[in-house]
Amino acid sequence: MRIEARNLGWREIVRGVSVEIRPGETFGLVGPNGSGKSTLLKLLAGLMPRAAGEVWLDGAPLSQLSRRQIAQRLALVEQFADTGEALSVRDAVDLGRTPWLSPLSPFGPADTQIVDRALAAVGMEEMAARAWATLSGGERQRVHIARALAQEPRVLILDEPTNHLDIHHQLALLGLVAALPVTVVMALHDLNQAMMCDRLGVMSEGRMVACGKPAEVLTPDNLARIFRVRAQPMIDPSDGSTLFRFLPMETSA
Amino acid sequence: MTRRAALSALAVPVLSRAGLGAVLLALAVLAGVTIGEVALPLGLVGDLLAVKLLGIERALDPIDAGILWSYRLPRTLVAAACGAGLALSGVVLQALVRNALADPYLLGVSAGAGAGAVAVTLLGLGGGAIGLSAGAFGGAASAFLIVALLAKAAGGGPAQLVLAGIAGSQLFNALTSFFIAKSANAEQARGLMFWLLGNLSGVRWPDVSLALPVVGLGFLVCLAHVRPLDAFSFGSGAAASLGIAVRRVQLVLIAAVTLMTATLVSLVGSIGFVGLVIPHAMRFLVGPRHARLIPASALAGAVFLIAADIASRVLIAGQVVPIGVVTALVGAPGFALILIRNRRRP
Repeated sequence: MRIEARNLGWREIVRGVSVEIRPGETFGLVGPNGSGKSTLLKLLAGLMPRAAGEVWLDGAPLSQLSRRQIAQRLALVEQFADTGEALSVRDAVDLGRTPWLSPLSPFGPADTQIVDRALAAVGMEEMAARAWATLSGGERQRVHIARALAQEPRVLILDEPTNHLDIHHQLALLGLVAALPVTVVMALHDLNQAMMCDRLGVMSEGRMVACGKPAEVLTPDNLARIFRVRAQPMIDPSDGSTLFRFLPMETSA
Repeated sequence: MTRRAALSALAVPVLSRAGLGAVLLALAVLAGVTIGEVALPLGLVGDLLAVKLLGIERALDPIDAGILWSYRLPRTLVAAACGAGLALSGVVLQALVRNALADPYLLGVSAGAGAGAVAVTLLGLGGGAIGLSAGAFGGAASAFLIVALLAKAAGGGPAQLVLAGIAGSQLFNALTSFFIAKSANAEQARGLMFWLLGNLSGVRWPDVSLALPVVGLGFLVCLAHVRPLDAFSFGSGAAASLGIAVRRVQLVLIAAVTLMTATLVSLVGSIGFVGLVIPHAMRFLVGPRHARLIPASALAGAVFLIAADIASRVLIAGQVVPIGVVTALVGAPGFALILIRNRRRP
């Protein structure tokens, strides 16, 4: 599904962002803390009132779609979503079916299969009966992603999905997300992980200051200007991919 | 399996559970109408129903029949409606504000309803059960609004909500006392104070015809929103991303809660702890999913309040203890348990 945003704005946090994300693309958002990544994601998901601009999903403006219609197309995984309810893992993933259910089409065997597949996709099928309160931060994050997958969205929006995960699960999750046949937009903290995206948008002070292939936008110049670090590109001899080593600006004499 | 087959497979357990619920409720009502200062024989109930509903001629003791039909039955039915309505209000408020301690009593909604009803009674702003309910509704809605705004202004945390509820309750209870001190004579004041503690003594058939439809409507509204209520588990942002029209759902459900609480308070006064303790007990028994929690809480609330009403009549021979006192005696320890169980929640 194609996402098109034109001139999006919200207070001083996001200012005049226009971007077009292609069907099936994995699009990464990077930028320093407070650069407007999370707010931009919420604006793209239609979860905040847009002070300015409009978002189109395959040409349909968000403002013309109901919340339910949006949720059938687009799923969002926020940071730090928690619950005090004694839900099981399966209960939490079941919630993903909400936009597809109605009194006339209640939760059925087809929905159970979709939930099973979503649980398996994040490796949580063995833990379906576990209580939410007993899960680690990483496990919770995987359950949130399973819930989003159970929504069967054509666009998946993730806010720093690797945040609570150990390195094994970080790589597993990024691999899973990249392999999904849906459009993915995610905010990422780790610039080396951002290199695996198809394209990156770089946020700084509410504006998207660069957009393009990772190697084109994550240049030492840009990294110095926006992230205030000295980045030393290094080539991994095993596959020729670029890695960054980051050094503080002060030592760059 | 097709949707239709899935539906019919679901229908059997749903129907058998509904049947079980109806039997439990009927047994509770039977206990409510037969137990009391004057114990009435079970056979009288059957005879009376035959006379009233089927028009069959039976010889009945007119005094016993009068107690049963004019006092006990309406009182028991209103107790059931009241328990169900308060328990539903608790479930809905707890889900919407994501706070285990939310309930109409603690959030000041009951106090607001009481102040509104007293204001209508004393200031003569319109009489009758409907006028009283309207006053209670206005009071309940303003109390909820004030408490919600105060909690938000204070930072919106769970502790802030409970503290705002205390402030709201105190304010509206003070308003009630002020209205009573200003306008009531001694006899009125005594009656109002007794009513505010929760009192089913004055309940008659017209009260039934107000309480049952309002609570029935509230129950249907809640049943229609079991999935949105589930979707609020991870907060209103998560609910919105699951396709819930958050504002509309909040508005409809809060209106239903306010209407139920206001109507019940205007009929029987302010009865605490039902909305807090019953939903928690039911979460423990049937789990947190609202498709089961809503009907289970309504049923348990109804049965609990019928039992509390029986206790209020037989606890002290020759005297009626206000039912709010009975529910508080059971509910306060329940409240303590909830506090302890929730201690490690972030």
